[in-house]
Parts: sequence; structure tokens; C-alpha cells
Amino acid sequence: MAPQVDHLLYFLMAVAVFFGLGIFLAIFYFAIRYRRRSEKELPHSVHTGMALEILWSVIPFGLTMIMFTWGADLFFRESRPPDNAIQIYVVGKQWMWKLQHMEGRREINELHVPMGRPVKLTMTSEDVIHSFFIPSFRVKQDVVPGRYSTLWFEPTKPGKYHLFCAEYCGTKHSGMIGWIYVMEPQDYQEWVSGSVGGGTLAEAGGKLFESLACANCHHLDGSGRCPTLTGLFGRNVQLSTGQVVKADEAYIRESILQPNAKIVAGYQPIMPTFQGLVTEEGVVQLIEYIKSLNPKLPATEGTATTPAPVPGSRRPNAGVAKER
Amino acid sequence: MNASYGIKSWLFTKDHKRIGLLYLATITLFFFLGGAFATLIRVELLTPQGDLVSSETYNKLFTMHGVIMVFFFLIPSIPATLGNFFLPMMIGARDLAFPRINLLSWYLLVIGGLFALFAMLAGGVDTGWTFYTPYSTSYSNTWVIATALGIFIAGFSSILTGLNFIITVHTMRAPGMTWFRMPLFVWSQYATSLIQVLGTPVLAVTIVLVFCERYFHIGIFDPALGGDPVLFQHLFWFYSHPAVYIMILPAMGVISELVSTFSRKPVFGYGFVAFSSLAIAVLGFLVWGHHLFVSTQSVYAGMIFSFLSFFVAIPSAIKVFNWTATLYKGSISYATPMLYAFGFIGLFTIGGLTGLFVASLGIDVHVTDTYFVIAHFHYIMVGGAIMAYLGGLHFWWPKMTGRMYPEGWAKLSALVIFLGFNLTFFPQFILGYLGMPRRYHEYPAEFQVLNVLSTAGASVLAVGYVIPMIYFIWSLRYGAIAGANPWGATGLEWKTASPPPKHNFETTPIVTHGAYDYSTVIGEEVEVG
Amino acid sequence: MANHVHAESLALREQFDTAEQQKDASTLGMWIFLITEIMFFGGMFLAYTVYRSSYPNVFAVASTSLNVYIGAFNTVVLLCSSFTMVMAVRAAQLGNRRGIVLFLILTLILGFMFLGIKAYEWNEKFVEHHIPGMANFHLDGIPLEQQGQAQLFFSLYFAMTGLHALHMVVGAGIVSFLAWWAYKGKYTAEYMTPVDVGGLYWHFVDIIWIFLFPLLYLIDRHLVR
Repeated sequence: MAPQVDHLLYFLMAVAVFFGLGIFLAIFYFAIRYRRRSEKELPHSVHTGMALEILWSVIPFGLTMIMFTWGADLFFRESRPPDNAIQIYVVGKQWMWKLQHMEGRREINELHVPMGRPVKLTMTSEDVIHSFFIPSFRVKQDVVPGRYSTLWFEPTKPGKYHLFCAEYCGTKHSGMIGWIYVMEPQDYQEWVSGSVGGGTLAEAGGKLFESLACANCHHLDGSGRCPTLTGLFGRNVQLSTGQVVKADEAYIRESILQPNAKIVAGYQPIMPTFQGLVTEEGVVQLIEYIKSLNPKLPATEGTATTPAPVPGSRRPNAGVAKER
Repeated sequence: MNASYGIKSWLFTKDHKRIGLLYLATITLFFFLGGAFATLIRVELLTPQGDLVSSETYNKLFTMHGVIMVFFFLIPSIPATLGNFFLPMMIGARDLAFPRINLLSWYLLVIGGLFALFAMLAGGVDTGWTFYTPYSTSYSNTWVIATALGIFIAGFSSILTGLNFIITVHTMRAPGMTWFRMPLFVWSQYATSLIQVLGTPVLAVTIVLVFCERYFHIGIFDPALGGDPVLFQHLFWFYSHPAVYIMILPAMGVISELVSTFSRKPVFGYGFVAFSSLAIAVLGFLVWGHHLFVSTQSVYAGMIFSFLSFFVAIPSAIKVFNWTATLYKGSISYATPMLYAFGFIGLFTIGGLTGLFVASLGIDVHVTDTYFVIAHFHYIMVGGAIMAYLGGLHFWWPKMTGRMYPEGWAKLSALVIFLGFNLTFFPQFILGYLGMPRRYHEYPAEFQVLNVLSTAGASVLAVGYVIPMIYFIWSLRYGAIAGANPWGATGLEWKTASPPPKHNFETTPIVTHGAYDYSTVIGEEVEVG
Repeated sequence: MANHVHAESLALREQFDTAEQQKDASTLGMWIFLITEIMFFGGMFLAYTVYRSSYPNVFAVASTSLNVYIGAFNTVVLLCSSFTMVMAVRAAQLGNRRGIVLFLILTLILGFMFLGIKAYEWNEKFVEHHIPGMANFHLDGIPLEQQGQAQLFFSLYFAMTGLHALHMVVGAGIVSFLAWWAYKGKYTAEYMTPVDVGGLYWHFVDIIWIFLFPLLYLIDRHLVR
């Protein structure tokens, strides 16, 4: 996507230079050509011109509409991660970034990703608002406490790229920086399968599920007083109010921390809250565990084994993310 | 003006001219204070490491720079000084509609300023001038409430000034002064006043909520209690975006006067310029969400705000084209005010064009919260508003004081300011696109060269601002005595003595022609060209 | 300029040319000021609306803990006070000095009645542990993890009714001053602008309550128990 951002930039620069230079030159020329030659001179000339006013309103308007549409299109595509994106979780806190790969590896202020695959970051903050900014990829998204925000990119060239926090967050705001490491796919596979204590995110989530006694109510077969979690993720859920919502990451997080906010139709509001009993990282592990209960997930998502085949050719010089 | 002497006659004055001068002194003090903070910031940024001051101190420096410059300098600047002094005269009135409320406005600014100063002396505030929650409400250990209180009080100063101007323009125009015979400066002040009156109360209530949150922990912006930190951003920017139009519209009004006077021609497209002022005021209330493009605001809301943000650019563009067209076949003088006007048009154009960059969603995702945005708004606020303010000060100085400033030094300072400004802020566009975030105390070494250029520019700019301070004060005693109309300008204020008598006009004028009829003044003596 | 003995012109300030200009300016001034007040309260109304739609159940339960009968009674009190205010303005238009004083004092009494009842309501909230920010806050019928959201309701309740009460206190001050000057004979049929303009302010404060009452007390009441 990044080269496309730059293309839009060039267009805007061209328009800006054209009009900027135009105004500069006009002023320069008029100021010299019409400089005052005698104290008594009194210019007589037209001082209204409807045609001119319309012209220089309509043409700029047209140009701005092109800018708007182009920019909005980029923005829209930036907000829609591809379905086969690698999922990585980010928790920001004063003043560091904590990142979790699904295979279990955790990083601080660094993120290793493979090139040639889209990467989707699901992010939240533990304290104040931060912002995840990778200048080389032309992406940025605020990281807000109490909710998830997402950002995606597809790296195309191996290397090391700056990561900055871009929303002022207190004393060490300018220290909340790091690196994105883009690796060849093979190297990434080796790296991400490296030894990890807690197993994959989903496995860690499974252990948490046990220790928090979720299984006492949420039986895998759907019996009992609570809705089943098997096949839940990504499904539409009907609530007691009649509303239908999609069970995405935010829904699961809310169900754990604010269980009475949304009650599934046909069930009682008996689930206790786990706020204070589980950290944001714990929530993320539980989400991955619940995702792993889905029978229908494609093999590429959530596992460390099969890298996705990379379609088509890549631009050789693009050291930055490109849109699929 | 000199009707009575002594400090009491100034502190208890009801004369809009004296109040304008009280404001002039006050905001000049604030300007140099804010400038001192800026100097420290730029010196620190000479090196990538944070070696001049600690991080805590640096964060306080940029916060206080922003708070002072926005709320205690730019928002009052042109309206409270030049507007107060000249709006009544331009419409042929003896004073504003509510002179005592006018004085109250000044006191409110001073009291608010004292609270802010107290906060600074007691240890400072480090939230950024934008006070984003939950940092400002639940995490910062600095003098947030004191500063917020100062801004709250100063906000009422702004509201009352706006209220006063609106009533004055509606009810106190001299006979024959129809709306479309008013100088464009009055139109822009009127539009500004609409924004002041409608937008500032929302800032006030936002501050009240921040206060409640910080003091009582009510949870309105705290996610742990069910609150929404992004709601603060909506409430804050609902005022603070229109606020930037409070800062630029009066400047545009000044430029209309300068371009007309020093081309000796009516402003091209008077009606379009007048309506553009109103359009900017209205549209300015509809675009606040462009500060929230990456805040987790919905994609569709982002698109609507982006569209409207492009829309609001058009009236500004119309004005720039009209000013340029005014020069065509004019009789152009290079007096200092006109040099500032030229500078304004050029720099405001650049600032406005870069506004298109940030209005464009795809680009804004990359450049928001970087130095690109800082460069953008400084081009408008400093390259635009402050240059217009200086231009207006020079233009009306002889009328206010009865003295001329030294033209040679003035031209030199204008040039120094122009060059210093560009050297300071143009590199920041590049810095921002390369990815340097704003509010950074330390930065990666590859950004150093551009930072050094910027700081070099800042030192030149600082010199450029100090010189006028000196010669303006000098001129009060030693400047050449000015006549009633040294520039051959139209406008009722030029028909009275310099400085004007207490009641402005011996008899209420009767207006028989439009605002920019130079045939009526062409015989008059023109002192400076 | 100040040569005639017209009552209004004795009060004519020097920046104005005619009495009518002064009256226009004062009236328009008050209207603009009231618009700023709308924007001021509007911010709080917006915050309330946002949270009400985010947490409809919690807010509905919290809302029912308010005493709707007392709230309704208070509404009637304020409406009556607006009526007495109108009568005061009418008396001023007719040059009826005693009438102005009488009706302004009645308005004041009703205003204080409103404030007194409000104080009683607030005290009830204190007794029921519904004061947000206090350690013993608890709203029955709401689970523990949503107590924070319930606190939000009460925070907004106190902020909005508190702000309103503050404006009423200011209004009481204004009415008192007007009553005093009316007693002193300052207002006549030709010059009663301050009474007019004071009346506008009082009505505005009343209208804010007319919005607050349904928003805080009445919405979704039927949905809870």
C-alpha cells in the first residue's frame, strides 16, 4: 500500500506546486508590473468578475474531489485486512510495546514478520492512548485502552524498519520505539518456531481457560447453562435484545470483561466478570484458544506450519508494504 | 486617547481603544513567553539525544508553548487588539455595544493567564495542549486543573468579545453603513465572533468534564469505568478546530485591508470574500473529525469528515485568488504592511495547500502526529496569522499612536521573519514525511540535519520578532509624527485624528459610499510609499 | 446628547445614539448569550446521549432510582416561576411598580423552592449511596462490573443538574437585583429592558430543565420493573 500512498503524495505535491508557484509568480509579477509610479495615480479597473470567481471555485473543487476520492479509497482498503493475514497481538503500555505471535513467541519493542504475507495487528493499550506507527509502511493506528484497533500491512522487502509511538503518552513517549524485522519466509518460519515456554498463544489460552474454570460452565459440547464456544468465533450471535452481532475479537473480550453487556438469546445473565482477574495479554490468549475451537478455520491461519503460497510477482524495489 | 492619565484611568477604562492597547501589551508578553518555550524546544532538538532538559521538562515545554500560544496569544490577538480598537471606528460607532463587558473580557484573559502562569511556575503541565484522556485525567501528575482553569476563564474572555462584536455590528452601524459597505475586516471579525460564541462554550464544558474526571474520578473518559477516551477527542476538537478559524479569519480580514490600501483598489470580489468568511465559519464546525482519522473513529465518519475538510478549503482558496486579482492593474506600494501581506499570501497558500495533504485520508494516516502536521499548522498560524498581525500592527500603528515606525528597520525585519520562518518550518514537512513523530524529546540520528536547519531558522525568526518590539517602543517617543491618513487609506478610522479622540468621531458619520472608494482619498497626503 | 428627560434616555449609555438602539443591543446581546449557554449545556447533553445509547440498561435502572414525582413537582414549580416572571415583565410594560416587585419576589420564592427540593433530592442520593466517586457507591440491580457505568449516569446527573442549579442561583441573583431596582422605581413603561432581558435568562434556565427532566427521569422508565 505504501507506494500508493506515495503516488497520492506526488499528485498532491504537483497540484500544490502548481498553485503555489502560480500564486507566487502572479504576485511577483503584479507587484513589479503595477508598482506605484506616482503618488497621485488612481487605478481604474474591474473589481468583480463572476466568470473568474466561478472558474477558480469549481476547478479547485474538482481537484479536491479527486484528492478526496483517491485518499478515501486508500483509507478504505487500509481498513480491510485480507482474510489470510497473519494475526499478531499488540499490547501497548507506558512505555513499551508487547507483541505476541500466535505460535507463542513474545517480543518487546520488536516485531519479526515474514515478507510476502499480509500481517494484521490487533492492538489495545493497558493505560493511555498510544499509536503504532511504521513510517516505512505508511501505516499508523491509535492504540486505545478498553478497545481493540487493527492495522495491517504486507512487507515486500527484508530489512529493519522503525517503529514509533505516535500519540503522546507521557514521560518516555519518545522512548517507546523499536524495530520491525522483515525476514525471508524460511527464516521467519525458523524464528517463529523457536523455543517458547508457554506453547502457542492458543495453548496458553487453553491453560488459562482451565485455571479460570471457564470449562465448568462452557462445556465443549454446548450442554449446560452457558453458550458453547465451539465454532463461536466469526459466527453471528443473536442477543436477548434481538440484536445480532458478530463474535469477533472485541465481542469475546467484552464477554470476558463485561459479560452482562450482551446476553445471548435464551440464556441467563449469570456469567461473572473476569475484570482484574485476567490481563489484556491473557484475554488475547483466551481469544486465540476460542478461535482454535473452530472446526472450519483454514490451515494457514493460527498455525506455524504452512506458509501461504505467495501469488504473483513483487515489485523489486518496494521496500515497503504493498496492497494485495 | 490621551484624555486622562494615570494607571487607574487605564485599568478602569471603558474606552475600546484603551482596552485594545491593554490587550496588546498582555498578549505581547504571552507571545514572548510562548516564544521562550519554543526556543528551548528547538535548542533541545539540535541533538538527537535529550541532553538539554529531562523528558519531563521537555514534555512540559511543548505543552506550555502550545497552551500559551493558542489560548493566550493567537485566539485573542487580532480580535482583541486591532478588532477592539478599530471595529467600532470602521462602522462609525463611538464604542462597542457593551464597553464594560469589554473591559471584563480583558480582566478575564489576565486572570486566566495568571492561573496558567501559576501552573507553569508551580511545576508545569505535561499533557500537550490537547489534553488527551486518559493521560490528562488519570495519569499525569502535573498541574492539569490549574492550567485547565486558566483556559476555562480565558474562554469566557473570548466569548464575551465575540458577543460584543456581534451586537455592535448588528446594532451600531452609522447611518448609511449597510452590511455591504462595511470593510472586509469587519466581515471577518463578525464571522470570527460567530465561531467564538458558538464554539468556545463546548470547550468550557469539556474542561468541566476533565475537571470532574480528574478530581472526582467519575469515569467519563476512563475505560475501566465504562468511559470513552475518544469522546474527549470529539468534544475537544469540536471547539478546537473552529478555534483555528478564530485564529485565521481575523488575519484574512487584515490582509483584505492591506492588499486594498496598498494597491489603491477595492478588493476584487468583495461579495465573494465577505461570504467566504461566513462560509469558513460555518463549515469550520463540520470538520473536527479530521483530527481523529486514526483514533478508531469509524471509516465512514472519516470519509465524511475528509470530504467536508476539502470543502472548507475552497472559500480560503477563493480569498487567495481574490487578493491576488486585487493586485492586477493596481498601484502597488511596497510599504512594510504590504510586504507582510505578500508574505501572508505566499505562506498561507503553502500552509493551506498542505492542509489538503492532511485532509486526504490516505496521506493523513502516514503524516498525522508527525512533524508534517506541525509544519502545516505553523505555516498557517505563524506564516499566516502572525504575519498578518504584524502587518496590521504596522498599518494601524500611526493611527493608534500618532507616530510612524522606522520604515527601513521594519522592511528588514519583515524580510528576516520571512526567511527565518521558512528555514524553521519547511524542513519540518520533510521530517514529518520521513516519519519523525511530534512531541519527541529524542529522535533517531538520521533526523538530525533537518532539525539543525529548523533550529537555525528559529534563531533567525526570533531575531526578526525582537526587532519590531524594539522599534515600536522606540517610535512611541522618537517616531515621526503621523497625520490622519498616512497611507491614503479608505475607512472611517482614517478620517479622525491620529490617535483618535475619545469618542472617535466629533459627530456620527453618515456613510454614502462603499468601503474601498479611493477616489475620495486620492488628494490626501501620503507619507510613506 | 443627554438633554431630554425621557426615562430611557436617562439610562442611555454614551456609546448609543438612541434608546431604541440600546434596547436592541441589550436584547440581541442576551439572545446571543443564551445561544452560548445552549452550546455549553449541549456538550453535556451530548456526553449523556452517547453514554445512554452505549449502556441503555444500566442507565435505565439508574434512572428509575430518581424520584420521578419530586422531579415532576419541581418541573411544575419552575413552570410557575416562568409564569410569574412573565407577569413581572407584563407589569413592567404597564409601568406597574408594585406589580413588578411582587411578581419578581414570587419568582424568587419559586426559584428557591426548586433549589430546596433539588437539595433534598441530592441528599436522597447521598443516603442511597448513589454519589459517584465515593467508595460506598452501589446501585442495586446492576452487576459489579457495570457499577462503573452506573456511576457514569450519576456523574452526568450531578454535573447536569448541578450546572443547572448554578445557573438558577445566578438567576436568583439577577431577579433579586431586578426586584431591588424595581422597588427603587428604576423601571418604567418606557425603560424596562433589564426586566425583559432578565426574563429571557430565567425562561432559558427553565427550558434547560424541561429538557433535563425527561432525559434524566423519564426515558425508558417503563422498561424497568
